[in-house]
Amino acid sequence: MATIELRQVEKKFGQLHAVKPMDLTIHHGEFVVLLGPSGCGKTTTLRMISGLEAVTGGHIYLDGRDVTWLHPSERDIAFVFQFFALYPHMTVLDNIRFPLQAQRVPRAEAEKRVSEIVKMLRIEHLLHLRPGSLSGGDQQRVALARALVRRPAAFLMDEPLGALDADLRESMRAEIKRLHIAHNATTVYVTHDQLEAMALGDRIVVMSAAEIQQVGSPAEVYYKPANLFVARFIGSPGMNLISGRYADGIVYLPGDNRYPVPESWRAPLAQSLKDGEVIIGFRPESAYIRENGALAARVYACDMHGAFNMIHLALGDETNIINVRVDRWVTCPVDAPLRFDIDPEAVRFFDPRTEKALRRSEAQ
Amino acid sequence: MTATTALQAEKVTPRHRVRRISDKTIQTAFILPTMVLLILWNIFPLFYSLYLSFTEYSVISGAPPRWVGFENYRNVLSDPLIWKYFALTGRFALLSVGLQTIIGFAMAMIVRAKFRGSGFITTLILIPMMLSPVVVGKFWAMIYNPTFGPLNYLLGMPPPRGPDWLANPEFALWSVVLVDVWMWSPFVMLLCLSGLKAIPEYLYEAAAIDRASAWFQFWRITLPQVAPLLMIAILFRTIEAFKQFDVVMGLTGGGPGDATELIAVKLYRIAFLGRFDTGIASAFAYIVLIIIIAISNLYIRYLNRLRGEA
Repeated sequence: MATIELRQVEKKFGQLHAVKPMDLTIHHGEFVVLLGPSGCGKTTTLRMISGLEAVTGGHIYLDGRDVTWLHPSERDIAFVFQFFALYPHMTVLDNIRFPLQAQRVPRAEAEKRVSEIVKMLRIEHLLHLRPGSLSGGDQQRVALARALVRRPAAFLMDEPLGALDADLRESMRAEIKRLHIAHNATTVYVTHDQLEAMALGDRIVVMSAAEIQQVGSPAEVYYKPANLFVARFIGSPGMNLISGRYADGIVYLPGDNRYPVPESWRAPLAQSLKDGEVIIGFRPESAYIRENGALAARVYACDMHGAFNMIHLALGDETNIINVRVDRWVTCPVDAPLRFDIDPEAVRFFDPRTEKALRRSEAQ
Repeated sequence: MTATTALQAEKVTPRHRVRRISDKTIQTAFILPTMVLLILWNIFPLFYSLYLSFTEYSVISGAPPRWVGFENYRNVLSDPLIWKYFALTGRFALLSVGLQTIIGFAMAMIVRAKFRGSGFITTLILIPMMLSPVVVGKFWAMIYNPTFGPLNYLLGMPPPRGPDWLANPEFALWSVVLVDVWMWSPFVMLLCLSGLKAIPEYLYEAAAIDRASAWFQFWRITLPQVAPLLMIAILFRTIEAFKQFDVVMGLTGGGPGDATELIAVKLYRIAFLGRFDTGIASAFAYIVLIIIIAISNLYIRYLNRLRGEA
C-alpha cells in the first residue's frame, strides 16, 4: 500500500502537451479513477506513474520516495494492460508466476501465493492452457492474477475492461471492486466509461485536453460539476444546459420562460456575472413535470429506457432540447405542451465565458 | 477504367468478347512453362536417377544401364570411407551451423537496437550472403594463402612462420567452417532480426512491470519468441551444410588428403571424375537425400511443437 503524489508532472511531445503540469495526491488504499475521453492524457498519466513513460517535467513520489527517474521495476507497482499483455508462449501458470520467478521468490512460497490468487480469481482450471485459447474475461483474470501475485504497493490499471463484452464488463467490474476491498491496495484506474468510474472510484479525476478538470467523489463530480465539460461528460445523457440571462433573481430562458433563482444562488449570480449571461444546468432526474411548473416546454420526443422514460423537451425553438427523466408509466404525445420545475437543491449555474461553475458561499 | 465502364464496353463491342481469353487459359499459359521446366529439370531427373541408382551404369561408357537391384546401396553403405565422410559432414554442419546461430543471433540483437546507421550496417552485414560461393571460396583461398595472403600478416605471423591454413589437415576443416560462417551468419541474422522485430513492445513493458532483469527477459521472452524463426534458420542452414559443395571446392577441393571431403564433394568425385560411376553416385545421392529429409523432419516436428505451444 502506498501514497502516490504527482507534483507538476507533465508530458510534452515536442511542443504539444500530452499532459499539462498536474498535481494529484492518491492516498493510501484509495481507488482513484482517471476518467476522460480518448486522447485526454489519462493513459499517459498512468504510464508516467508506472515508469513506462518518462516525464518531461515534475516529480512523482511513492510513499514519499522520489521515483521520477526510477525504472518501472524499481517502483513496486503492478500494471494491468488494456489488452492484457500476457506472455503468449507461456501457460497461464507460467504467466502468473513470472513476476515471482523474476524476483527469485522461493519455490514453495511462490506456489503458495499462486494457488491463493488463482483460487480467489477462480482460474484453477486454466493453469495449463495458453492465453491465446482463453476468453477475454479469463485473460483479464490471468492478467489480474499476475498483478496481484506480486503484492505490489500500488495497482495501475489501464482500461482493463475496455476489451471485454458489455455483460462481462459488468461482472468483472464487480470482481475488481471486491479485489480492491479485499486487498485495500492503492489503485489508479483509467477508463473512458463514466459508469465504470462511478461504480469503482473512491475519487474520480476527470481529465480533458491534457488537464485535470475536476477531482472529487463520484457524487461530487456528478452533482457538482466544476465546469461545463464535466457537466456534459458525466452522466448519460449529460447535464441539461440552457443559456439564459440573469437579472433581479430571474433567469430569462428561451421560449419566454422565467426561472426564479433559489434565494441562496442570487447573491453569487449577481456578483459573478458581468453581463448577466448564464448557463443553467440540471440533471434529467432533477426536473419534475408539473401542471403548474415554472417553466413551459413542448414535447420533442419520448422514449422508453426500461426502468424509466426519458422525455425530450424543446424550450422555445428546437435548438434547446432538455432531457427529463420520468416514471416508466408516464408518456406524452409529441408536441404536447408541458410545464416542469427544477429541484432547487440540484440546479447549477455556469459562467459561459469561463465555462466554470458558480459557487455558493455556504456549504457546498 | 472503372469496373462498370469496362463491363459496358464489353457489352457494346462484341469484338472484345471474341478476343478475350478465358481465365482458365491464362492460368494454364502462366503455369505451363514452369511446369515444363520443372518436369524436365527436376521431376524427370529425380525419377531417372532413382532408376539409375538400381543399375550399373556410367554416362561415359556408352553401355546401357544394367539392373543390379540394391547392389549399389549395399556397396555405398558398407564403404567405411563413406561413413567417415558422413561423420565429417556432420561435424562440419554442427560447427558451422552452431557458430552461425550464435553469431547471427548476436548480430541481430545488436542491429535490432535503432542507432544511427543501423540500417546501413545491416545492409553491409548482408553482403557476404549475396556473393557467389565459388567467388567466396576463391578469394578466401587467397586470404588464407601462406605466402601472400593477408590473414597471417594480420595474425602477426608473416610468411615463413604462419600456418598454411588450407593445406594443414588440422586447420583445413576449421578454415572451411570459418568461411561458411562468414558467408551465412548474415542469413541467420536476417531471420532472427525479423523475429525480434515482431516481438510486441508490450511484452517487455509487462516484463519491466514484473521486475524481470534484462537477462531474465532474454531467456523467458526474447528467445522463446524468436525460437520459431531461429529454428527455420537452423533448418535451412543444416540442409545447406549437408549439401555444402562450392565453397569447399573453391577453397580446398576436399583436401588436404580427405580432410575436407564432405559428402557432396565425394558425390561429385564419384559422379563426374574417374569412372563416372553414375549408378553408384545416384544411390549415394539418394542416401544423402533420405538423411537430409530425416533431419529436416526432426526439426520441423520440433518447430511445430514450438508453434503449437505459442
